[in-house]
Amino acid sequence: MQTAASPALSDLRRSLAEAALRTGPAAAGRVGLGAAEIDAALSGGLERSALHEVYAAGTAGLAAATGFALGLALRAARGDAQGGVHEDAQEGAAGSGRPILWVRQDFVDAETGRLHAPGLNEFGLDPARLLLVRARDGEGVLRAGAEGARCPALGAVLIEPWGEPRAFDLTASRRLALAAEGSGVTTLLLRVAAAEMPSAARTRWQVRPLASRALEANAPGGPAFGLRLLRQRGGVAEREWRVEWNRDRCAFENRTVFDRSDTSRRTDVPPLSRPLVPLSGDGQAAAAGPDSGLRRTG
Amino acid sequence: MQGNALRLVDCDRLAVRLGLTREMTLADARARIPDLVALEAEPLADREFLDGVAAFCDRFTPLVARDEPHGLALDITGCAHLFGGEEGMIGLVRRSMERIGLMSKAAIAGTPDAARACARFGPCGIVPPGREEALLHPLPVAALETEAETVIALSRAGLKTLADVASRPSETLSARFGEALAVKLRRILGREDRRIIPLRPPPDCVVERHFAEPFADMASLEAVVVRLIGEAARVLEARGAGGRVFELGFFRSDGAVRRLAIETGRPSREPKALLRLYRERIETLADPLDPGFGFDAIRLAVPLCEPLGTPQHSLDGRAVEEEAVADLVDRLATRFGRDRVLRFAAQDTHHPVRAAKALSAAAPQPETAWPAPEPREPPARPLQLFEPPQPVEAIAEVPDGPPIRFRWRRLTHDVARAEGPERIAPEWWRDGSDEPVRDYYRVEDAEGRRFWLYRIGVYGVGAVPPRWFLHGLFA
Repeated sequence: MQTAASPALSDLRRSLAEAALRTGPAAAGRVGLGAAEIDAALSGGLERSALHEVYAAGTAGLAAATGFALGLALRAARGDAQGGVHEDAQEGAAGSGRPILWVRQDFVDAETGRLHAPGLNEFGLDPARLLLVRARDGEGVLRAGAEGARCPALGAVLIEPWGEPRAFDLTASRRLALAAEGSGVTTLLLRVAAAEMPSAARTRWQVRPLASRALEANAPGGPAFGLRLLRQRGGVAEREWRVEWNRDRCAFENRTVFDRSDTSRRTDVPPLSRPLVPLSGDGQAAAAGPDSGLRRTG
Repeated sequence: MQGNALRLVDCDRLAVRLGLTREMTLADARARIPDLVALEAEPLADREFLDGVAAFCDRFTPLVARDEPHGLALDITGCAHLFGGEEGMIGLVRRSMERIGLMSKAAIAGTPDAARACARFGPCGIVPPGREEALLHPLPVAALETEAETVIALSRAGLKTLADVASRPSETLSARFGEALAVKLRRILGREDRRIIPLRPPPDCVVERHFAEPFADMASLEAVVVRLIGEAARVLEARGAGGRVFELGFFRSDGAVRRLAIETGRPSREPKALLRLYRERIETLADPLDPGFGFDAIRLAVPLCEPLGTPQHSLDGRAVEEEAVADLVDRLATRFGRDRVLRFAAQDTHHPVRAAKALSAAAPQPETAWPAPEPREPPARPLQLFEPPQPVEAIAEVPDGPPIRFRWRRLTHDVARAEGPERIAPEWWRDGSDEPVRDYYRVEDAEGRRFWLYRIGVYGVGAVPPRWFLHGLFA
């Protein structure tokens, strides 16, 4: 009995070890966000062949979460990033790359507006690279998403259901994660209007909008996000960062200094952020006066 | 109904035996047979039924045409040997019609007109080539199916059968009765051919399986489909072609025909990919495939073929990847519908909504280039666009300042930063001259959310106060 079992046991051990090697952080490539501090904390970035979740912080975070998820998808789908090691992004790298599949439930379109191709283009995604699937319900979203996650030719898959469809349980997310592992396609689950629930995702992010750095004449700047890493499998505990999306580099950039140049803001200024105001490291419109909020145009 | 009298359109065998004829008024018929069962004629329903029978006959040949008013013409060129020769085929057709509850008359001849004349006015059966004259000459002149007057005129002239008419020189006939009569005669006697116009265009490539016994085993149905796909792939490969549309026809023994079409974005003959699409299609059926008492035949037709060379594997793997994405598109389009798998094409216009067009990704893509975004500038267009734009209440500086505060979906947003206006003029050639100019503003509220708002009208100008709309959301 004993002799019969031991080869089987050693086989099992070996296959387990191989499985650990395959899924271990060393084997799989990583998608860096581009912001050094975050990438360091995540030991190189997000795992490429895995499922990641992006939650919107309340209804206010809908557009921000969409932007962050799209940024991640763009990072993952970059043509020159196949090695997975963090490298310096070159200028103009934003245009090239593999196709991105975006699966969207119809209700999201009604609630937050349809995807606008010129806007995607301005964000850094060449709309010719986007494949959009509009699904009627949660099940459809999941099915199309899983289909995409199994296709290794894609750069990234963005799955965007509305709320909490019954089909999106732990098993479903496990299936997505396995599909992503098998194909090597970064799969992003964008959860809007949904409460956190258990899933097989490697990381879980919560995104809220962040005031941008003002441009000349107090014009709104580029996309900025407040990120909170809610969960990471076998990684750092909950952390927060502030990032900006740099379309030209196709990368996120840290915003260590919270630059609140406008003082016209009257409500909900967290008192703790006030001392940071004068320490503007980027020297952009930091001196905007208190009355610059009301600008005469024409 | 003609001239205010109800008339009989058609009568069954029993009625004919009792002396009723077509065109007889209903009153006369009722007078003769008081308990006559008369139903209102429904030409449209008849036609639909006939189309159903035509679909049924599709199992014998892909070329089935309507033969007005209530016949069908089947072009069986090169098909008869599959059903045991012409003898076997005509028997099979008759038996099949009987099985679905129809009385039929069938004839096989060299031309459609000869077959029609033979079935309607003659002995039915088979007219072998070269024997047209012998078999068709005894037919009455009514077989020419001309106007009643012509038939009467011919009979008065003593021409009672086709033989009599055919013995006259055709110049005389056409001088007296018109060219049409002479043509019809030539066609019936097989001296001139005419092509039928099939209801469904003949496919480029067809493979099929007929079963001796009705086939109802759903479990092994897929095995049959797999074999058909394999055969079709070999045929297509030999021709150097690929199919864009594949149509599976399931011919049920009770006459019902179910057709399932699979479409691919580009020519394809890859059995594995086709089988995946087939499974996808079967899974998404609203009403599942019902074998009833079994299928008589299953056919895979390829109505649309395009040239497809032998695939070459390029070294960089780029082509392989494109192939994989195209496969994915096909699968998604089969499952969700072609209009739900989209790609964007750029349009040359400033109108925000019309600037992009969502096209089915399964269709060939037009080559459009998107303008490169301005470096070091924030996005000028929102990521998401509301259509139609959402009306908001806004407070703004007069006459054309950006909003200071606005209310959208019951929430008040204090504007912290704003840029604008960017004036976008309407396209008068599309919208008409009444469409107002829009002044767009990019604004950011105190929480950091970024919006795209626009205003119609200017404060202090005109009687109507300006209105504000939220058109999009920036990331």
